[in-house]
Amino acid sequence: MAKQLTIFLENRPGRLGAVAKSLRENSIDIRAFTVQDRGDYGLVKLIVSNPDKAYLALANLGCACALKEILAISVPDKIGNFEILTSALAQNNINVKDAYGFVLQPHQQGVCCLEIEDTHVAEAKKVIAAAGFTLLKDDELYNL
Amino acid sequence: MQTPFWNKEIETAERAVLQKIQLERLRETILWALKTPFYQKQLREARISSPDNIRSLSDLRKIPFTTKDDLRLNFPKGLLAVDMKDVVRIHSSSGTTGIPTVIYYSKEDIDNWSDLMARCIFATGATRADIFQNMMTYGMFTGGLGLHYGAERVGMAVIPIGGGNTKRQIKTMKDFCTTILHVTPSYLLHIHSKLDEAEVKREELVLKKAFIGAEPHSEDFRKKIEHIWHIDAYNSYGLSELNGPGVAFECAYKKDMHLWEDAYIVEIINPETGQPVKDGQPGEVVLTNLIRRATPMIRYRTRDLAFLHPEPCPCGRTHRRLSRILGRTDDMLIINGINVFPSQIEEVVMRIPEVATNYVIQVEKKGALDHLTVKVEIYPKLFLGEPAQLDRLKARITDELHSAIILHPSVELHEPNSLPVSEGKAKRVIDLRPKE
Repeated sequence: MAKQLTIFLENRPGRLGAVAKSLRENSIDIRAFTVQDRGDYGLVKLIVSNPDKAYLALANLGCACALKEILAISVPDKIGNFEILTSALAQNNINVKDAYGFVLQPHQQGVCCLEIEDTHVAEAKKVIAAAGFTLLKDDELYNL
Repeated sequence: MQTPFWNKEIETAERAVLQKIQLERLRETILWALKTPFYQKQLREARISSPDNIRSLSDLRKIPFTTKDDLRLNFPKGLLAVDMKDVVRIHSSSGTTGIPTVIYYSKEDIDNWSDLMARCIFATGATRADIFQNMMTYGMFTGGLGLHYGAERVGMAVIPIGGGNTKRQIKTMKDFCTTILHVTPSYLLHIHSKLDEAEVKREELVLKKAFIGAEPHSEDFRKKIEHIWHIDAYNSYGLSELNGPGVAFECAYKKDMHLWEDAYIVEIINPETGQPVKDGQPGEVVLTNLIRRATPMIRYRTRDLAFLHPEPCPCGRTHRRLSRILGRTDDMLIINGINVFPSQIEEVVMRIPEVATNYVIQVEKKGALDHLTVKVEIYPKLFLGEPAQLDRLKARITDELHSAIILHPSVELHEPNSLPVSEGKAKRVIDLRPKE
């Protein structure tokens, strides 16, 4: 399964910059990111070209960070597709803990990253395939 | 767990014998005190004009207390009892309030102090075979030189490295096979976090013990240190007004600190009334120095809060044990009318594994009310990347603080190593309330 890097950062100027600098110094390419505001701190979620290397670099800086497994799904960029995907999961009573998505090629390809409870991952994979979507292999995601 | 005694006769003396020594030495101290302008005045108030006026130890209570302010007001020579040519050492505190305080030592005073320090060191089971790295600041602060002289008296190999420069400290520990450190507890934790950076592994060090002091800390903080370093850490207590370190020290049992009662008379008082508290109750520690001539010190109010264990220690020493310092009469915070000691907050913070070394206690006014914020650092190795984990952590710290101090603080989570670490006494309390 693909790895997402989650970083704990204080909510103040310069912290995102410090992460960005470390990634650049380690020649790590960013595929996608989101920032979740949690008040006094924020959680940064990153998909990068080499998550293990990025984790080590940031951990060496003393950052609190963690690698989490996610499902990265290739979704054709077309109205209604996100509904098809989420409805299929809902019909099987599978809850989505966390999700974000991005368009790779407008009107052609998008990617949807989902975090599912560990106990439901295997089932989710089947449901996603049955709904006609393909999971991106780890390499495919990191080297988009 | 029997460890050798440095001076078995004194350390295991019957209480009655100790009291006899105390009375003799108190009389002698009065004699020296009467040579100083400050104590001439104090003793006159108590109608004491000669040691003969002291018939029993309870007569001590007739003498007024000596305070830090007295030392400042009588700076520099109001408490000097000997001729300057008989002084061999001067220790002085810089005085954050502006006026410094000073303590003079004669040759005999230094000798007595060193002997007491050797007694402390021996009580932990340390021997002359140990290699002692003294990370405490040297100079005008008594912490460095006090232990230095004691360690030499025991015959250990002493490395007088002083404070700071963490990488060099680690390298020195490795190069000289240091077995014992003397260090502040916060700095000892800090050094551990820098081992990787110094490219030294714990297994490469032969460290066995640490003498920790100069900074109040909780039992949980000690356990945390012992756990991460795999060492025994011994609490120590002292202050320059009473010589310096060596007033009280833990033995191998590590159940609080033997206060050397042949050298000091200890009283525990209610800081508001000045009256003695009941046996075993906490209060302000008041000490009389029985072994220093150059600067006598009678009934000095330390402003440290602690209690005495009335029951004997299994090690066989008869000198009563002083609890760890629960707080200072002057660092007690009054928040919305509730008395809060930083040590109560530290105790809570230290028992939560997901929280790292440093924390800050901040108090400010919000409208008419005081507001307490406790800032803690995330411990990176236990971070799972889950928002729910962080919510639970905040809730747990808030709840535990609430049950410890009644108040409802805000808890802020911070990045590892983002809160200030000081390479000496850690500054953990920030009071932003306007002074009245």
